Amino acid sequence: MLIAVITISGIALIAGILLSMASRQLPPNDDDLVAKVNDLLPQTQCAQCGFPGCRPYAAAIVHEAAEINLCPPGGEDTVRRLADLLGRELVPLAETPQSRMQESVAIIDETLCIGCMHCRNVCPVDAIVGAQQFMHTILADECTGCELCLPPCPVDCIAMRPAA
Amino acid sequence: MSAPTFDLGTVHGGLRLPILKDESTAQVIQHVPVPAQLVLPLAQHAGEPAHPVVGIGERVLKGQLIADADGVISAPVHASSSGKVVAIEQWPVSRRLGENAPCIVIECDGVDQAVPLSEEILPFEKQSPDTLFQKILYGGIVGLGGAVFPTAHKLMEATTESLEHLIINGVECESYISCDDMLMRERAMAVVVGAQILLHCLRLNNCYIAVESDKPEAIHTLSDALTEVQDERIIIKQIPTIYPSGAEDQVVQLVTRKEVPTNGLPTDVGCLVQNVGTAAAVYDWIVKGEPLISRVTTVTGDGVHAPMNVKARIGTTVADVVNFIGGYNERAKLLIIGGPMTGRSVTTDRVPLVKATNCILALSETPPVGTEKPCIRCGDCAQVCPVSLLPQQLYWYACADNEAKLRSYGLTDCIECGCCDLVCPSHIPLTADFRIAKLRMRELADEKARAARAKQRFESRTVRLEREQLLRAQELMTQKEEVKKAGPKAIEEIIERSKQKDDADKDEQ
Repeated sequence: MLIAVITISGIALIAGILLSMASRQLPPNDDDLVAKVNDLLPQTQCAQCGFPGCRPYAAAIVHEAAEINLCPPGGEDTVRRLADLLGRELVPLAETPQSRMQESVAIIDETLCIGCMHCRNVCPVDAIVGAQQFMHTILADECTGCELCLPPCPVDCIAMRPAA
Repeated sequence: MSAPTFDLGTVHGGLRLPILKDESTAQVIQHVPVPAQLVLPLAQHAGEPAHPVVGIGERVLKGQLIADADGVISAPVHASSSGKVVAIEQWPVSRRLGENAPCIVIECDGVDQAVPLSEEILPFEKQSPDTLFQKILYGGIVGLGGAVFPTAHKLMEATTESLEHLIINGVECESYISCDDMLMRERAMAVVVGAQILLHCLRLNNCYIAVESDKPEAIHTLSDALTEVQDERIIIKQIPTIYPSGAEDQVVQLVTRKEVPTNGLPTDVGCLVQNVGTAAAVYDWIVKGEPLISRVTTVTGDGVHAPMNVKARIGTTVADVVNFIGGYNERAKLLIIGGPMTGRSVTTDRVPLVKATNCILALSETPPVGTEKPCIRCGDCAQVCPVSLLPQQLYWYACADNEAKLRSYGLTDCIECGCCDLVCPSHIPLTADFRIAKLRMRELADEKARAARAKQRFESRTVRLEREQLLRAQELMTQKEEVKKAGPKAIEEIIERSKQKDDADKDEQ
């Protein structure tokens, strides 16, 4: 009887020590979780969630307990998948005044562009090409339709049109 | 040379459909005369549409290139008769998505003047396979069995794999259609020589011509042709008459007893399949110098006066073809391009006959479609599925939009033969549902690929911005240190310099 108790407690003790060592030595796997959350996001990098891109939002969900319903392009589907992954309560998609879900791409009216570089600097996926004092253009295949390039344009030469 | 049938493979399921071909095989292939107008779609093949190389108002000759291949997988289009290009515009066509497609419209002059041959025709044995591939590409030849995949691409892709057999597919398993049967009966030699050219291209020594056992005349003429050419490499295989044994993967399975793997091609089991019509088209182009500008098609159904097979120029409208055979009768109500199982109904007979059109079917009434009821999970569909899928499960997951399950239950292997529709006691349009689910699956895959690219670009940009920031910070540090090293006197000098510069600017103003 005594031997059995000692053996079992011994095993438990050793296992406990090993586990506590492992948890201190090995790096936390939060990064894995962030990557998983990031994979569920639509990667439009539109910043409508209030974070500067999909990965920052994913990090905020994991580390800062940000809400999971802040992604309009992802829609209800994304909220559902995030809730599944994180074991959180399913909440309806947050309604924001600027919520945009329709797929679109930006196009520059090249007759108006003054080559100011403002839009090029804010594009989250480097889909705008151009140089100072030269006309800019948008790579339609790479544009995610985030609309971040619209406000900085001083001559309002960028318009959104439905994605092909 | 005919092979015994006992060494054939078997295909799961399938159906014995009513044959209904006797009406159209009663007389020889009739030639439709040059119509007043030809309508040639730019996309008559799988892959990218061709791009026009003629302008409106230009005079073209029969066999002249009017639209060239564009993109990696594409095929050119040739004028089917001489005349004047009057328009390049949207025209109703029969196809999967959309009603209209860009077409080149030619007003024929009736002279039917052919373009002169640009070079002397050499015997095919003296030409290298690469030259022949190029020629087949220029000839606008595509698979005439229905998938219209550009033949040259199929051949070239096949040469990268280790091949054993060429299979010439003369299995025409759908009801009503008899154009391949008639082609084999009347032009067996063209099919056989076409097969020889393909064998030469692929450097192969083994060819099977697969023909259904209910086509004794075709088998007879093919055997005669084979005796005449004395070619030991080509063997006729008789295939049982069960729908859909003429589908590409099923023919391979029957002839070689090897199953084409999931998401694979017949080349994965060492086979290349070409339709008999394609073989004859290769013969016409390589031996006689005529590109693919006409084809044999079956015009049949109980909605026309005299069902028959006709040879018509590509681009002839269905209305012209039907008028040639005597027009519709008063019972005609439904027009289908293609067979009753895999064809598509069209709302107008202005659609042109294209390279893919193997049948024009006019029916007196729409086949009775019962009202759709809930699935009772009887499993009849799984019994008949020729690729051994479980349509009842697929239907379940298609309704739930469960992509992962659809994939694991092999939706991508569905050949859309329509057997499950036909046996379903609840009249569920399974094939249509599967088509939509497949489309949705492709869309999702595209979306995923786009998201992955955007993610990568965003991450690269983040890295770039961080690097730039770091560089700027370092530069600032070095500047600060330099100034510190130089001492307070240097700072005064700098202030003095900038003051002088300001004064100079003021003077200029």
